[in-house]
Amino acid sequence: MAETMILIPGRTTKQGVGLLESKFKKQYRDATTTVEINVEDMARLGLKDGCKVKLRSANGVTTVKCTGRKTEDLPPGVLFIAYGPPTSKLMGTDTGASGMPLSKHLEVELESVN
Amino acid sequence: MGAATKAKSEANIKTVENATCTFCGCLCDDMVLTVDMDAKKITKAKNACVLGKALFLSHEEEDRPFALIDGKPATLKEGVEEAAQILANARFPMFYGMSDTTCEAQRQNVALVDMVGGTIDSTTSVCHGPTGMALQGVGESTATLGEIKNRADLVIYWGGNPAESLPRHFARYAVTAKGMYTPNRKKDRTIVNVDVRRTKSVPVADIFIQVKIGADFELLWALRALVKGRHVDPNIEKRTGVSLETMKDLVERMKNCRYGVLFFGMGLSMTRGRHFNSAAILSLASDLNEYTHFIATPMRGHGNVAGADIVVSWQTGYPFGVNFSRGYPKFNPGEFTATDMFARGDADAGLILASDPGSNFTQAAIDHMKKIPMIVLDPKLTHTAKLARVAFTTSHYGINTGGTAYRSDGVPIELRPCLDSKYPSDEEVIRAIYKRVEQLLKTRKKTKGANNKRRKAA
Ligand code: SF4
Repeated sequence: MAETMILIPGRTTKQGVGLLESKFKKQYRDATTTVEINVEDMARLGLKDGCKVKLRSANGVTTVKCTGRKTEDLPPGVLFIAYGPPTSKLMGTDTGASGMPLSKHLEVELESVN
Repeated sequence: MGAATKAKSEANIKTVENATCTFCGCLCDDMVLTVDMDAKKITKAKNACVLGKALFLSHEEEDRPFALIDGKPATLKEGVEEAAQILANARFPMFYGMSDTTCEAQRQNVALVDMVGGTIDSTTSVCHGPTGMALQGVGESTATLGEIKNRADLVIYWGGNPAESLPRHFARYAVTAKGMYTPNRKKDRTIVNVDVRRTKSVPVADIFIQVKIGADFELLWALRALVKGRHVDPNIEKRTGVSLETMKDLVERMKNCRYGVLFFGMGLSMTRGRHFNSAAILSLASDLNEYTHFIATPMRGHGNVAGADIVVSWQTGYPFGVNFSRGYPKFNPGEFTATDMFARGDADAGLILASDPGSNFTQAAIDHMKKIPMIVLDPKLTHTAKLARVAFTTSHYGINTGGTAYRSDGVPIELRPCLDSKYPSDEEVIRAIYKRVEQLLKTRKKTKGANNKRRKAA
C-alpha cells in the first residue's frame, strides 16, 4: 500500500564526487537513485536496505533503492535523496512566479515494488 | 634510474601554489597542485577537501571531438556555424547556466544574448534566485567571509549542509578557523544549526534546533517577534516543533553576541515560502542590528554562481531572468527564468553554458529541450550535451583556463590554471559564435533593406 511522505532532495558528498567522475558512471547513478527512509517507517512497510521503492508525485514517478536512517537523524514521514535525474521526474513545473520549482518539499507516495 | 632520466622526470613535475578550486562557492585559493606535465595529470592537490581532490585528481582531458552536431563529430568551425545559424534564426532563445565558467565568458554571453534579443538566466534561479528577489525587497546586512572569520562569535547555519556541499566552510571561514578576534577557533564561537533533519553538519554545532518541515518561516517570524519583545504563544511549538524556551534562549544569544552571522542554504530558498523565507532571515538579521552587529548571507553552491549574478547585474541591472526582446533589459522571474520558459514551451532555441539542466530541471522542461535546437558548452559529456543539436567540448575553467570567479561573499578571486588544453575556453567559443551571428544579422539587415527599396521602387 502506498504511503504519503515528504521528500527532500539535496546535495551529498557521494553525489558531488560522482558527478566529477562522470554522470554516466556507477557512483553518481548509485548516489542519485538511493532514497533515505526513517528506519521505523521501513520496518512498518516491511522494507530492508536495498529494497526498491516507487516514488510518485503529482508530476511523475521514479523507482529507487532505499536505505534506513535513525529517527533522530530523519523524522518519520520524511525522505531524503541526492539531486539527480530521478528527482527531476518528481518536481512540479509551477514556480509561483519565482523561477524556482518547489524542489525540497515534495509530497510523494511511496510504495514497495518488491 | 639514470641521471638524465631523473632530471627529465623532475623537470616535468610542476608545482602550482595558490591555485583556486572552482568546485564550490568557497572558492578556496590555497591549493598547492603537483602536476605531471608529461601525463597531463594533477597528482596531488594539497589543502583540497574530498570534492576538491575529486575535481583535480580525476581531471583528464576527455578525448572528444571539438564539437558534435546531432551527435556526429564536427570541427569547431562547423559547430560555430551551426550554433550561429540557430541563434540568428531563433525568435525567443534562452541562454542558461554560467555558474561554472569564468566571468569573462559570462560577460561575453550577455553581449551575445543582447545582440540576438534573447533571454538570459543563470543557475541562480534554481538556487538562491528567491534570495535575490528577497534582497531587492528587504536589503541585506552582509560581510566578507574574512570578516566573519575574524569577528563572528555566534554562527548560525540554517537550512544548509556545508559539511557535504561546501566542505571547507567550517575550517576556512566560520567554525575552526583562527581569526583576529577568535584566536581560540571553535572555543571562541557558538555554533548553532537549524534544519529539518540531522545532516552531517550537525556534529560541529553546539546547539541543534530541529524545525518541522515547512515551518522555517513561522520559526523565523516568531524569533523576530521575540527580538522585538512581543508576546509569542507557547503553542508555536506545535507548528514549528521548537519550544518557546529554545527560541527565547536563541534570541538571548543572538542579542548578546558580539558579532553574529546567519548562513542560510537552499533549505529556505527551495522550499515552500521561497523568497518569503529568505526575506524573513534577512529581516531577522536587520532587526538584530538594533542590539549588536548581525549579518545574514546565503551559502552558494557552484564555483562561480555569485559571479553570474554579479556580471549579469553589472551588465543589465538585474541578477537573473533577464529578457532583451524589446532591445532593453527586463527582469521578471517566473516569466524569463529558464525552467519556466522551457517547461511552458516558450523558448524556441537554447544555449547552455557550463551547466546541466538536462539532469536537474523538471521533466516538462527537459522534454521541451529535446524538441528545440540546443547549444551546449561543457568540458564533460552531460545529459544536456546528449540532447543538444550542437555540443562543444571546452577547456576546464580554473584548471586549463584563467580568469576571474567570485566567491560566495562577492570577493573576486583570480584563477591560476595549471595545465594546457587542446580545447578552446568557453569565452573563445562564445566570442566566435558572437562574431558569426553578428555577420549573419548584418547580411540579413542589408538584404532586408535592399528588398524594401526594391518594393518601394516597384
Ligand atoms: S571547499 Fe569547495 S572550493 Fe574548497 S576545496 Fe572543497 S570543493 Fe574546492
